[in-house]
Amino acid sequence: MMTVNILAFGIAKEILGGTAISINFSDGVSVLEIKTILEEQYPRLKQLTSFAIAVNGEYTKPETIISPGDEIAIIPPVSGG
Amino acid sequence: MIDLKISSEPINIQSCVDWVMAPESGGIDVFIGTVRNATKGKKVIHLEFEAYESMALNEMRKIAETTLATWPVHKILIHHRTGLLNIGEIPVVIAVSAAHRAAAFDACRYAIDMLKQTVPIWKKEVFEDGEVWVAAHP
Repeated sequence: MMTVNILAFGIAKEILGGTAISINFSDGVSVLEIKTILEEQYPRLKQLTSFAIAVNGEYTKPETIISPGDEIAIIPPVSGG
Repeated sequence: MIDLKISSEPINIQSCVDWVMAPESGGIDVFIGTVRNATKGKKVIHLEFEAYESMALNEMRKIAETTLATWPVHKILIHHRTGLLNIGEIPVVIAVSAAHRAAAFDACRYAIDMLKQTVPIWKKEVFEDGEVWVAAHP
């Protein structure tokens, strides 16, 4: 098991109830699995148009494996400008 | 050359223009985003911008590097504000200098279009009767 800190921004911050949460995942967890687990724990995420998971400040593929210490962030649809 | 900034302080347009100015440039194209007073006919009180700053700067750098690699432009500047912005205030400025105007226009348009698609910055519209994170829901 490893504890992963997950940053949340925009509407995701409101859904998770804070700017960061800690969740325990199995070793070798993928981005896709993290998305699924987050959607189970926070069903309102499923109502979003979409959301991405960024790892260490980069958009990632669903099959990307998370390592301990990675910075994970929930990226709801962006709307800058 | 590239200049990127995310700040809660107001953007000084003249400083942006001064920065992209170059002796070899024949033109500067500047996009200035401004806070509009209504969305779909509904009165907006103000906007709130939030950024995932380290990643946003990273994505802004990719956009800027692509413009420099794609068009013959000399300098590109991308500045974005965070926090509460009132009607008429400026959330974003993109300035591009080039020898000729076509490259400056094209690069500037590319940069603002990409910024809206990839840079992790979010805007909340605050209305008289509620608030909405833009683009969050279908």
